[in-house]
This record gives sequence, C-alpha cells and structure tokens, in this order.
Amino acid sequence: MIGGQHLLGMQQLDSEQINAILSTAQGFLQVSRRTIKKVPSLRGRTIITLFYEASTRTRMSFELAGKRLSADTVNISASGSSVSKGESLHDTVMTLNAMQPDAVIVRHPASGAAAFIANRIDARVLNAGDGQHEHPSQALLDMLTIRQRFGKLEGLKVAIVGDIAHSRVARSNLIGLAKMGAQVRVAAPKTLLPRGLVEAYQCTICPNVEAALEGADVVMALRLQRERMEGAFLPNLREYAIEYGISTAMLDRCNPDGILMHPGPVNRGVELSPEVVDGPRSVILDQVENGVAVRMALLYLILGGEPA
Amino acid sequence: MPRTVLDAKGISEALDAMAEAIASRPQDGPWAVVGIRRGGEPLAHRLVKRLTEITGKEPAVGTLDITLYRDDGFGPHEWPQVGITEIPFDLHAHTVVLVDDVLYTGRTVRAALGAILDYGRPRAVRLAVLVDRGLRELPIRADAVGLQIETQPSEHVDVQLEVTGAAADAVVVGERRPQEQGGDKK
Amino acid sequence: MNLIIQNGRVLDPQSGRDEAADLLIEGDRIREVAPSGGMKLRDAEVIDVKGAWVTPGLIDLHVHLREPGQEYKEDVASGSRAATAGGFTSIVAMPNTDPVIDNGELVQFVIDRGKRAGLCRVLCCGAVSVGQKSERLAPFGEMKRAGAVAVTDDGRPVTNPVMMRRALEYSQDFDLPVLSHAEDAQLSGHGQMHEGVISTQLGLQGVPGVAEDVAVARDILLAEHTGGRLHIQHVSTARSVDLVRDAKARGVRVTAEATPHHFSLTHEAVMGYHTSTKVNPPLREGKDRAAVIAGLSDGTIDAIATDHAPHSSIEKDVAFADAMNGMIGLQTALPLALNLWRAGMPLLKVIALMTTGPARVLGLSTPAIREGALADLAIFDPAATWQLDDESNYSKSKNSPFWGRPLEGRVRATIVGGKVVYQYDRKPVWSVQH
Repeated sequence: MIGGQHLLGMQQLDSEQINAILSTAQGFLQVSRRTIKKVPSLRGRTIITLFYEASTRTRMSFELAGKRLSADTVNISASGSSVSKGESLHDTVMTLNAMQPDAVIVRHPASGAAAFIANRIDARVLNAGDGQHEHPSQALLDMLTIRQRFGKLEGLKVAIVGDIAHSRVARSNLIGLAKMGAQVRVAAPKTLLPRGLVEAYQCTICPNVEAALEGADVVMALRLQRERMEGAFLPNLREYAIEYGISTAMLDRCNPDGILMHPGPVNRGVELSPEVVDGPRSVILDQVENGVAVRMALLYLILGGEPA
Repeated sequence: MPRTVLDAKGISEALDAMAEAIASRPQDGPWAVVGIRRGGEPLAHRLVKRLTEITGKEPAVGTLDITLYRDDGFGPHEWPQVGITEIPFDLHAHTVVLVDDVLYTGRTVRAALGAILDYGRPRAVRLAVLVDRGLRELPIRADAVGLQIETQPSEHVDVQLEVTGAAADAVVVGERRPQEQGGDKK
Repeated sequence: MNLIIQNGRVLDPQSGRDEAADLLIEGDRIREVAPSGGMKLRDAEVIDVKGAWVTPGLIDLHVHLREPGQEYKEDVASGSRAATAGGFTSIVAMPNTDPVIDNGELVQFVIDRGKRAGLCRVLCCGAVSVGQKSERLAPFGEMKRAGAVAVTDDGRPVTNPVMMRRALEYSQDFDLPVLSHAEDAQLSGHGQMHEGVISTQLGLQGVPGVAEDVAVARDILLAEHTGGRLHIQHVSTARSVDLVRDAKARGVRVTAEATPHHFSLTHEAVMGYHTSTKVNPPLREGKDRAAVIAGLSDGTIDAIATDHAPHSSIEKDVAFADAMNGMIGLQTALPLALNLWRAGMPLLKVIALMTTGPARVLGLSTPAIREGALADLAIFDPAATWQLDDESNYSKSKNSPFWGRPLEGRVRATIVGGKVVYQYDRKPVWSVQH
C-alpha cells in the first residue's frame, strides 16, 4: 500500500506496488473518456500544486487528475507569488502547511526539494520533478504506456537515449524499469553520461544510438535542454540532431512492434525527426493521456483511504 | 456454525421470482440489466436470461464498478480494485435494473446510483437483490428480493456461485471473519 | 597558586613519553614532570585525573570564527569556547570574513578579540589577495607585524596561477606559509557533492576529485619552482595524497592537513540530502578516505585540522543545492581522531597530528609536556561517550552530521597557560587539597 505516504521517487516503490498503481491507473482511464469526467472519491480534499519551474503539461495533468477526483486544486507557481519575493522554501512550506492542504504536488529545480518539503509538512507530498533527481509519475505513466502495448514490462528491451546526466525522467525510469525486470540500455553523448551510472542502476551503456536501438521494444528519447549548449556539453543543436537524433531509418533497427516514447515537450528536429514524432511507432499522445490516469491513481491511492 | 439459507435450487427459484417482480413493474423504455461489480455481475447475466424468457425481449446488459463512489474509502492495508464499468448501450433510453447479491446497509446502492447517473440519465432505476439481510443505514429499498432474512451485524452473508469458482451455488450465513470490519461488506 | 595534575596518563608526542605521571604547573609553565606518586606534595591545588589522559593542548590550523561580519554564525568568543571544550588550546582563524582579513588592522582585531575572550590562543591568518579576489597581493608584511601566522584565501581557491606564484615568492620574505584551498573552481563548477555514483543517484551536480588534484599539482609545482612554503588544506582525494607524498619525497617544502570529516565519512553520508554533510571539498569515496588515513599514518599529511565552518539555519535549512558548504568540528575532532587510534594508528601519532604536527606547519614552538614548557594541556576521558547536542554544544551553530550521534572520548578539562579554561559540565572534576 502507498496510502498516506509521500511519493518522492521510484526508489521507494517495489514491483508489487508499481503493478498495483498501474492497474489502478488502467481503471481510471475510463473516467477521462466519459462525458462526466468526475468521480467523487476525493470530494472536499485540497490539493496544492507548487511549481517552482515552468511546466504546462505536468501541472495541468496533476490539476486535471485532482479535479476529476472532485478534489479542490490550487495552483501556485514561482512567479506571481511570495516565492518571487524572496521567501525561503522553508517559510513557504510552513505557510502552506497552515492552510491545511491534503496533498502538495511539488516541482522544484533543486534535487531533494520534494524530500525537504515532505520533512516539514503535514500534507502528503507528491514529487512532480525535483531537479535532476526523480520524476516518479512520469516513469509510472511511461510504464503504463509500455504495459498497454506489451502486456508486461519484464524482459522488454528499453533504450533510453539522450541527456541522461540532467534527466530526472531517465533516473526514475532507470529505477522503475529495473525493478520491473526490463532490460535497460542507454545511449548518450559522453559529456551527458553521469559517472557511476552502471553502478547506480542496472543498465548497460551502448557505444552509439544505433546499438541502443537494435532490437529494442521501447525507445525513450529524452528532451535536450537548450541550456546544455552553454556548459560546453555539446557543440551545437545541428550536430546533436545528426549524431544523436532519432530518425525513421534508425527506428527500423527496433523490434517490428517497437514503440517510441518521449516525455515532452519534443524539440522537433533535435532529439526526434519530425516524421517519427507523428509516425506509427509514436505513443507520445498515449503517454499524455496515461499521465492523467496515473496521477489520478496516485492521488486516489495516497489520499483516498481511511486513515491508518 | 454457518448455515445455508439458499441452495442451488433456492437461488434459481429466487431469481425466477425476482424476474417476475421486475417484469411486473411499470416499464418506461426497454429494460437494461446492470450488475454491480463484483457480486451483482453474474446474477445480472442470469436475470437477463429469465427476463428474456418472460418478456420475449432480451434486455441490454452492463456492469457497474462503484469503487470510486464508495463513501468509506478503503482500508489502510488494502489495494482498492478500480474496475471497469461497461455500459454498452444508451442509458437515456432504458429503464435500468441494478442487480446486487446482498442488500445490507444500502451504501453500495447509494454509490451505484451516483455512479450510474455519471454515465447518463436512465428513464428509471429499479433494484433487484438476491438477499436482503436487513440492517439498513440509508433509506433504500429493493424492488425485487430473492430472499429476505434477518441477520446480526456480526454475521457475514456469502453468496457462492459456481461461475465464480464455488463448488455449488449457495447462500451461506456465518460469523464475520475478523479482517472484515467496517465498510459496506456483505 | 600552583597546580598539580596527578595520576593522568601523560602522552607527549615530542618526547614519546607515555606513562602515568604527575605534573607541577607554576604560573604558565610546567615546572616538573614525575612518575605518578613521585612528586613531593607542596602548597598547590592538586587535581587527581585518574583514568584520564593528559596531552599537550590541541592545535587547530583551520577554523572559521566568522568575526567580523557573520557573528550570527559564530564569533571569536563562542568559537574559543567550542575550541576549549574540544581540547584545543590554539586555533587559527581563517580570513574569509566580511570584510576579508586582508590588512594588519583586521588581523590585530581578531587577535585582540581572542585575548579578550581569554580562553584559548587565537591565531590569525591574513588573506593572500585583497578581498580574496586573486587580483592584488595583500600586505603580507603589515599582516605579519600584526601577528598573522600564515596567508590563505581559504574558502575560495587562488584562481589565478600568477597570484599563487607571487604569494609563494613574496611570503618567503616574511617566513609565512601559504595555506592553499586547492580547488580548480571551473572544474568543480556548480558541483554540490563528490561526483560519483551517489551524486548520480541523487541528481546532484558533482565536484570531481580531479578538481582538487589539478590544483594540488599546480600549487606543488609552483612551490617547487619558487621555493615557497606551501600547505595544502583539507586534502580529500587519494590522488592528492599521492601528489603530496611524491612532492615531499622530492624535497618540495609542502605540508598538508586533513579534516576529521574526510577521514570519518564518505559521500554516502549525503544520501537523504543532509545539508550538514555539504562541505568543500566534498566527502569523497571509500578509497579516498582510506588514502587520507594512510597519508596521516605515513607522515604525508602533517596535521588534523577541523575546517570548523559554522552556518545557521539560514544557510543550512534549505534545499541541498542552495545550502552553503561547511560543518562545525571543534568539539567532535578529538573523538573522531581517537577512532584512528581505535582502528590501529599509534596513539602518540594521533596526538602528534593534533599538536606537534600543526605547530610544525606554522613554525610555532613545539608543544610538549616537559619541564619549562608552556602549560597548554588537554585532559580527556578516552572511553567516555557523549553526544553533541544543545546542551553540550558551545558553537553558535549546529551544522554537524555528528549532531546527536554517539561520540567516544570526552574532554574533561583544558588548560591554557596554566589556567583551567574549560571543565566538563561545570562540575568539579577533581578534589581540591591544600
């Protein structure tokens, strides 16, 4: 059970819990497809989304999830709040705590910020991305999308391609997929491969993107942040697109049923060529739909139970 | 000691009586039979058969999952099973017969009414239950009852059906097992 | 009033003495040392310290006292109290205050504050460069005349190699060692902890070990080239230990220190994002920790220094990335150093690393327990367990990963210039006779 717990990362979940969350999420998909997209499960609960980084889709996905469970959702973003007036994270958290929310969904540029807040607040904290640490709901929606296609995760060959070093999505997926028995391989420019990756996660490092895609069931492309051009990690976007971008021809190396995923938003023509984004292997929009269902499942499982 | 209040023959006869009772009620639009997951689901299919025999027309059939409409949440050590609701017909045109195995506090039926209305607006809703064990907590009453019995809150009414893996069809009343506390248990 | 310290186990690294002995202190000097029971009673206060160990007062080469400018974290008086509670009789203040101690007047100010506190000897370093900006040399001569014992830009590296060259040259005219915070700031970048498997798991930017190694190598080569006296502060990597060892073998005038946290902890302590473990240089890997201990054992590293760096909740009760570097260490240094002895290092070696070692780095007179020596002494119970907490802590700050954890080895009393400046728990720790 995860009832009454914080969700700070995939690190805390075991395979049984992950399976149960995915199964619950599968049940929630139906709610979003109805005319009346609302169930009363979390009626009267208050959910705050506290976002210190710009994010349209994740914030909206959590907000819709809360609303479709009948919770009241309030959005706080770093601009236009006391956050921008220099209030410390500690003071912001204490202020929120005094307003008695049931859950706080946190996005923050500092790794560990979700744990920092969880240690100081009575509400349940759901990590919606803390720095380069974890983004567990993204990994869960990715796993739900894969499970829908293949009926399982165990034994699947999953290639994660791109800026591993700075990606919380990659970290959460590396942890989660390993727990579910998938075989993860990664490919990235050497400058964007963190040290100790193989030691930290059960994965293999491929010498190039082609090798990673060979026979892969799932290809997960990561978003390349434009600011990576500044720290001398890469020469320019054009070279990245040519050397590390994924094209239709490269996807032919995958398993014939192989799927292409991306956490979004896509830099078209950088990590993915435009035609593969809309191509037959792309499940990018399924990921978005599954995102709402996974977040409904998480909020429901964490807040919906009787107090222990 | 557990006692059997209905055997296979008894259940069969009870379903016949329920079908008769439903069919005798005023009907606005065609019948649709919706089983409340999970106990009502197999009974709904059997009731559809009986209603087809009586009325000569096969009613539409569906299932309703009420997990997300429960008023009591779920236990701290429980993984709630969020099931699929299947209503493969237009609710607006039909008179819906909600089917459940046991009517007890009435909270499941209240949740089911809430759930069904989120899928559409039926012409009317009727309620058919195999066993009404009394002890209502909400003002809810069934239109068709297979068996009415008196029970204690400490007791458990177990509807066993061959289709769901039991040795034989039967309704058994026994002492509630210790882990089953709270909620709208049967 | 004369003082007799009776029945302690006297440990003197300078002479190698390790025996139960009695000390007679007259004024600020040790007048007589005799095997226990061998001293004739006379008109003196007699202190029986049976079960405790008596060593020369500890010397800490590396302390941030935060005065002037950040007295909410620490000041000279509170830092001195923490020092004496940790068995230290001399501490060396770093100049990265606000304003930076880069002139004689400020050196004098800190020394005066230390005298006014009247607890331990407060020595002071001057900055290498004005404002620690690596642009213009600070006035070494003026600072030396005011009492500075060394120059350093600690807290930040001397980024400009020309500045380091000039400092190593010019400091020779005043016989001042240059203490180097050896770090290539560009290689460490925005790093928050040691770069390795833990930083990858935590998603924290890493400070690679090579950021230290490159700077240590640079400074050693510059010391070799100039003939200046170089001291490498807080050595934390295996490679840096090797570089210092090789340099010493070549005859380069280089010394080094290591902190208790670098020989006690590894980067695994950061898991959980505990900001008390955020230090610069960062906590490294097991192999680095082992190399630092080996360096302390074989004389490559000359001294244990705390890098006592107090911070308040403003700097530490924040997300890990936003937290400032540093931990307090004055009161935990001795018990952690005794762990080295518990793990097999000779006891007198451990004591030397906290007494004669640091004295030699700075060119101070050698601390010793012998007739005529200055009566700076630490008296401690090696087996007493305690914890650093609100009751025992004397620093104004609490940023220690050892906070609330059991520590073995507790200071019973500290004597500076013949005066008892600290005694445990303010309870009388000895019986008084006349």
